Amino acid sequence: MSNVTLIDNNYLGLIINRLCYQLIENHFPFDNCVLIGLQPRGVYFADKMVERLREISPKSKIHYGKVDPTFYRDDFRRSDKTLLAQPTEIPVDLEGKTVVLIDDVLYTGRTIRAGIAGLFEYGRPKSVELMVLIDRRLSRQLPVEPNYVGLSIDSYDNQKVKVMWKHEGATDDKVLLLTEKE
Amino acid sequence: MEKKLSVDHLLGIKDLTKEDIELIFSQADEFKEVLNRPIKKVPSLRDITVANLFFENSTRTRLSFELAEKRLSADVVNFSASTSSVKKGETLIDTVNNILAMKVDMVVMRHSAPGSCLFLSQHIDAAIVNAGDGTHEHPTQALLDAYSIREKLGSVKGKKVVIVGDITHSRVAISNIYCLQKLGAQVMVCGPTTLIPRHIEKMGVIVEHNLIKALEWCDVANMLRIQLERQDVNVSYFPSLREYTMQYGLDKKTLDSLSKKIVVMHPGPINRGVEITSDVADSEQSIILDQVENGVAIRMAVIYLLAQRRRTAE
Repeated sequence: MSNVTLIDNNYLGLIINRLCYQLIENHFPFDNCVLIGLQPRGVYFADKMVERLREISPKSKIHYGKVDPTFYRDDFRRSDKTLLAQPTEIPVDLEGKTVVLIDDVLYTGRTIRAGIAGLFEYGRPKSVELMVLIDRRLSRQLPVEPNYVGLSIDSYDNQKVKVMWKHEGATDDKVLLLTEKE
Repeated sequence: MEKKLSVDHLLGIKDLTKEDIELIFSQADEFKEVLNRPIKKVPSLRDITVANLFFENSTRTRLSFELAEKRLSADVVNFSASTSSVKKGETLIDTVNNILAMKVDMVVMRHSAPGSCLFLSQHIDAAIVNAGDGTHEHPTQALLDAYSIREKLGSVKGKKVVIVGDITHSRVAISNIYCLQKLGAQVMVCGPTTLIPRHIEKMGVIVEHNLIKALEWCDVANMLRIQLERQDVNVSYFPSLREYTMQYGLDKKTLDSLSKKIVVMHPGPINRGVEITSDVADSEQSIILDQVENGVAIRMAVIYLLAQRRRTAE
C-alpha cells in the first residue's frame, strides 16, 4: 500500500476559505439557504465549513443540519456490512429553500442519491447544490455533478481516498490517496 | 470493530449480548426520529415480506409489529389462529411451511407453546421474531421496557427495577429480568408466594413479598397483569382478586406516600382497578403510553437489523 498526501492541513485551510467565499458569493445573507452535512463522514467536513463560514460572516444566521442516507441506500442486503443509521437533524422547513449538501468524497454518486432521497422526506427544497472536498472524476455510476469542489482528482478503482481528521486521532487534518499494490 | 447483531433470529433476550441490545437501542433512536417526521416511512425493507402469525390473541403487539413493518416499507401478511386452518387440525410446521412457500422472508410469531419459536427457527428458512411464546419469553416487550427506562432515567445501569404481580405465568417478567440484568440494573420481583417461581433467586433477582417495601426500594415499578388465561383452573393462587388488589394493587395513595417519585410501567393490557388503579395509570409518573410509542421504534430496529442478516439473492 502506498500513500500520497493529496491535501495537508494548510492546503485544507485554503480550500475551506475558498469554498466559504464561493458560498457567500452565491447565497449571502443565507436567509434562504440551508447547509446539510451528509452522515456519517461528510458531517466532519461540513462542521469545518460551517465553523469557518460563521467566522467570516458572523452576522449571517447560517442554518446547518445533517441528513443520513442509510435508509435510502441501494445496497441494503447486498453487502456483508450492516448498514447502521445515524441521526438526521433538519433545523428548518426545507420548503422553498436552497440546500447545499456537503460530503467529503464524491465517487460513484450513489450515496449522494440516497442523501437527496432522505432530504426530500422533509419537504421540497427550491434547489439542491452539492459541495465536496474531493471529487474523484470519471468514476461516476450515476449522473451526479458537484457545484463546489475542493480538489478534483483522477484515480483508479484500486485506489482509495482517505480523509483523516485530528479529532478522530490523526496527527493532523489531511487527505491521503492510498494505492493497493498490483 | 464492525457492529452487527450476533443472532439470526430474535427468540429470546437470553441469546442476546449487551452489545446487541445497545445496537438495537441506537437504531431505535433513529427510527423514533423517523416516526416523528411528516413522512413516517423509510423504503429500506421494500423487497422483504413479513408474515405475522398470531396463534394467540393480541392487540398491542400485533398492531405494533404491523406498523413497524409498514413503516419500513415491508410487505405484510397477517394470520390469526381463530380464522385459519389451524382450527381444521393443521400442524404448526405445515401451516408455516405453506406460508413460506409463498416466499416470506421473516416470520413474527406468537404462540402459546414455550419454545415454539426456537422449533420454527430450526426447521424453517426465514428469520424468526418471537412475539411471545407461552410462559417463556417476550423479547421485544423487554427491549421496549428497558428502552423506555433509558429514555426516562437516562440509563438502565445501576437502576433498581421491581416487577410486581404474576411472575410465574409471565413471559414479560423473564425477558425483563434477562434484559435489565444484561444492562446492569438490579431486579426485584414482588408478589404472593404462589405467583413467584421457586428458586427464581438463582437468576440473581431479589424476592420481596411486601409491596410497600418493594416500592420504597425501587426506581421503577413494572406492574404486571394477572394471567388468568395461563393459570391452572384447578389451582387457587390467591383467595380472591379483591384480596390480591388489596395486597399488591398500586393506587395513588400508596404512590404518593412513597419517599421518592418512582416511574410506573405496565406492559398492557391493563386491568384497571386490579393491579393498578386508573389514577395511577394516567398519572404523570406513568410511562405506559411512552412504552407503546417506543414499541414501534424498537420493533423497527429489530426487524431492520435482522433483515440485513439475510443477504438478497444475487
